[in-house]
Amino acid sequence: MIHLPVVKAADRKFEANPDNAPTEDLREELFQLEKEGELEVIRVPDNYIELPTKYGRMKKIPVEKTWHHKSCGQCGHIPGYSTSIFWLNRQFGLDYYDPTDQTSCTAWNYYASATSNPEAQAAVAIRNFAAAHEVGYFPLIHCGTSFGHYKEVRHALIHQHDLRRKVKKIMERLGKKLVIPEEIVHYSEWVLAMKDRIAERQEVDMSHITATVHPACHYHKLIEEDAIYDSEIYGAQRTAIVTGTLQALGINVGDYSTWFDCCGFGFRHILVSRDFSRSFSVQRKIEVMKEEVDPDIVVTHDTGCVTTLDQSQFAGRAHDKKVGLPVMSDSQVAALAMGAHPYKVLQLHWHNTDNKPFLRKLGLDIDKQWAEFQAEVDLIKAGKKEFMTWEDADK
Amino acid sequence: MMALDLSQNKHADVSYDEKERLFDEVKADDRWQHVLYGCYECGICVAACPSARFYDFSPRVIAQAVAREDVDLIYTLMSDSIWDCSQCFSCDRCPRQNSPGQIITIMREVAVKNGLQTAKEALEGYGRIIYKIMSTGSQVSPDMLQPDAFPDWGTHVYEIAENLEEWRKALPPETLHTTETGWKVDQKTIIELYLIWHMTGVMDLIEGVDEGLFMILVDVMEERLEEAGYDDITFD
Repeated sequence: MIHLPVVKAADRKFEANPDNAPTEDLREELFQLEKEGELEVIRVPDNYIELPTKYGRMKKIPVEKTWHHKSCGQCGHIPGYSTSIFWLNRQFGLDYYDPTDQTSCTAWNYYASATSNPEAQAAVAIRNFAAAHEVGYFPLIHCGTSFGHYKEVRHALIHQHDLRRKVKKIMERLGKKLVIPEEIVHYSEWVLAMKDRIAERQEVDMSHITATVHPACHYHKLIEEDAIYDSEIYGAQRTAIVTGTLQALGINVGDYSTWFDCCGFGFRHILVSRDFSRSFSVQRKIEVMKEEVDPDIVVTHDTGCVTTLDQSQFAGRAHDKKVGLPVMSDSQVAALAMGAHPYKVLQLHWHNTDNKPFLRKLGLDIDKQWAEFQAEVDLIKAGKKEFMTWEDADK
Repeated sequence: MMALDLSQNKHADVSYDEKERLFDEVKADDRWQHVLYGCYECGICVAACPSARFYDFSPRVIAQAVAREDVDLIYTLMSDSIWDCSQCFSCDRCPRQNSPGQIITIMREVAVKNGLQTAKEALEGYGRIIYKIMSTGSQVSPDMLQPDAFPDWGTHVYEIAENLEEWRKALPPETLHTTETGWKVDQKTIIELYLIWHMTGVMDLIEGVDEGLFMILVDVMEERLEEAGYDDITFD
C-alpha cells in the first residue's frame, strides 16, 4: 500500500459566498412557482434554527412539528438508529409525528436496478410530502439517500414543466396536491442544530473518545450547495455534518485521508455483489481509519453507511484485516451522551462489530444493561407484556 | 480480473441502427442536457470512483464515449460496465460539471426499458428486492435478515433471526413492531403506491425485464386494488 501524507483540511479555508453558488436559490423559484399556481410550498414551521450551507446561504432547520420520513434500511436492519432520533425528540418534549402513511422513497432500488423512472420517483416523493402536509407537519428525512434523492426531485420538478405537469396529474388522481417543502432537511442537520441543547444535557463524559466521521455521499455530493458547512470545521473545506455534533459532545474527531471515499454500499452491490462492498469498506475506509487515527468509534449519518461499514468487518476479520471499529449513527451517539440505554434505545445488539470495549470505555455497566434489556424480552416471550414502551426504555 | 472488451466487434450481432436508436433514447432524456458538458480527460472522476478501484470500470470512458457519440462503444458499455457503477456520485467532482453517474442512471434506465439481455442478467438475483420494494414500499425488511441471505455478516444474523419477533416488540416506537416491512404502513398508502407504479409505466417496465416477477406482482396488487375498489386500473 502506498502511504500518502494526510493534508489537514483545517489548514485551508473556503470562503463561502452565495454569489458563487453554481445554482440559483431554489427556494426563490419555489415561491415564484407557488405565486403562479403551479404548486404549494410547505413552509418550515416557526420554531427553527438556521445553519449555513456550502456557499453561505442559510438553511432553516425545524426544531419541532417534524414528520419523520423513516428509512427502510434503518428501521429494518438497524432499528436503534431511528429509535434514537425519536428518543431525542421525546427527551426535549418536542412535537413530532411518526407516520404510517409513508412509503420508502424507493431510491435505493432506483439507484440499484433502474427499474423505475423520474415520473414514478417524483410521484412517490410528492405523495409522501403531501401526507406530511395533510397532517400539518414538516418532513424530516432520516435516510441520506432519500435526502439526496428528494433534493434532486425538487430540482427537477422546479425546472421541468413537463415533469411537473405529469406529477400534478398523478397527484390529482390520488386526491392530493403537488406540494414541495421549502427546505429538504436531513435528520442529522436537526441533530447538528440541536447540538448545544444536547451538550447541555450530556450525562456521559466523552472527552477521552476519538472518532472518525464518514460523511454520506448522497448527503454532500448530490446538490452539494444544500449541505451544511461551517468555517470553524475543516475550514469549510468539507461538510460540518456529524463532526460539529461530535465536537460539541467533547469527542476528538480524527482526520483521515480517504474521508471523501464512499462506504462501499453501491446500492446493488450490498445486496447482490457484496464482495465489492466488503473489500472497499474494509480496505479503503476501516483499515485507513485504523492506520491513520486508530479511533474508538466510527460515526456516520446514513442507513447504507452504518450498514456497510459495520457489517463488512466480519469478513475482514477472517482475512486478518485491521478491523474492529464499532459503527454508530450520530443520533445514537447523541442519545448515548444524554444517558440513553445502549440496548433498549440504541438497540446495539442489531449491530455487528463488537461495541463493548467502546461502551466500557465510557464507563457503562453493559452486563447489567444487557440483563435489563433481556428481562424486557423475557416478559414479551412469556406473554406478560405485549411490547416494550418508551417508559420501559427509560427505566 | 477480466479485462473489459471495448472492441467494436463484441456486439457485431446488434445492428448499428439499433445501437443508435438506444443512444438516441438516452439523449432524449430530460436530464441529458445537465449531465454532460465535455471532458478534459483529467481523470478526477476516476480518482474519486470506488468502482474504478475494484472493477475494470471507468467513468471517464463513459463520459468520453457519450461525448464522442461512439455508438458501438456506448452499446458495449451499456451491456456491461454500467452495472459496476456504485451510484455514489463521487464523480460529480468533475470540473466541467459532468455527472458520469447520472449518465449511467439514464443508460441503465434505457437498458432496462428496452429489455436488454444484459440488463436481465444484471438483475438476476435482485428480483426479490424489486418484489419487496414494489409490493410493500420497503426496500428491505427485518425478516430478510436470515443467515442464508447474509452468510458473510457473521453469527449475529443467526441471533437476530432466532429472536426476530421478540426483538421487534422490544422496540419502543410502535410503528417498528413489524417484521415484513421496515415500519407499519397503512393499506391506503400501499394502494396509492400501486397506483403510482401503474400510472407511471413502471409495471410495463417490469414486464419487459422480468415477466415472472411481473405476474407475481400483478397477482399481489390486483387483489389489494380490487379490495380498495379499483377494478379497472387503466390510465391515460
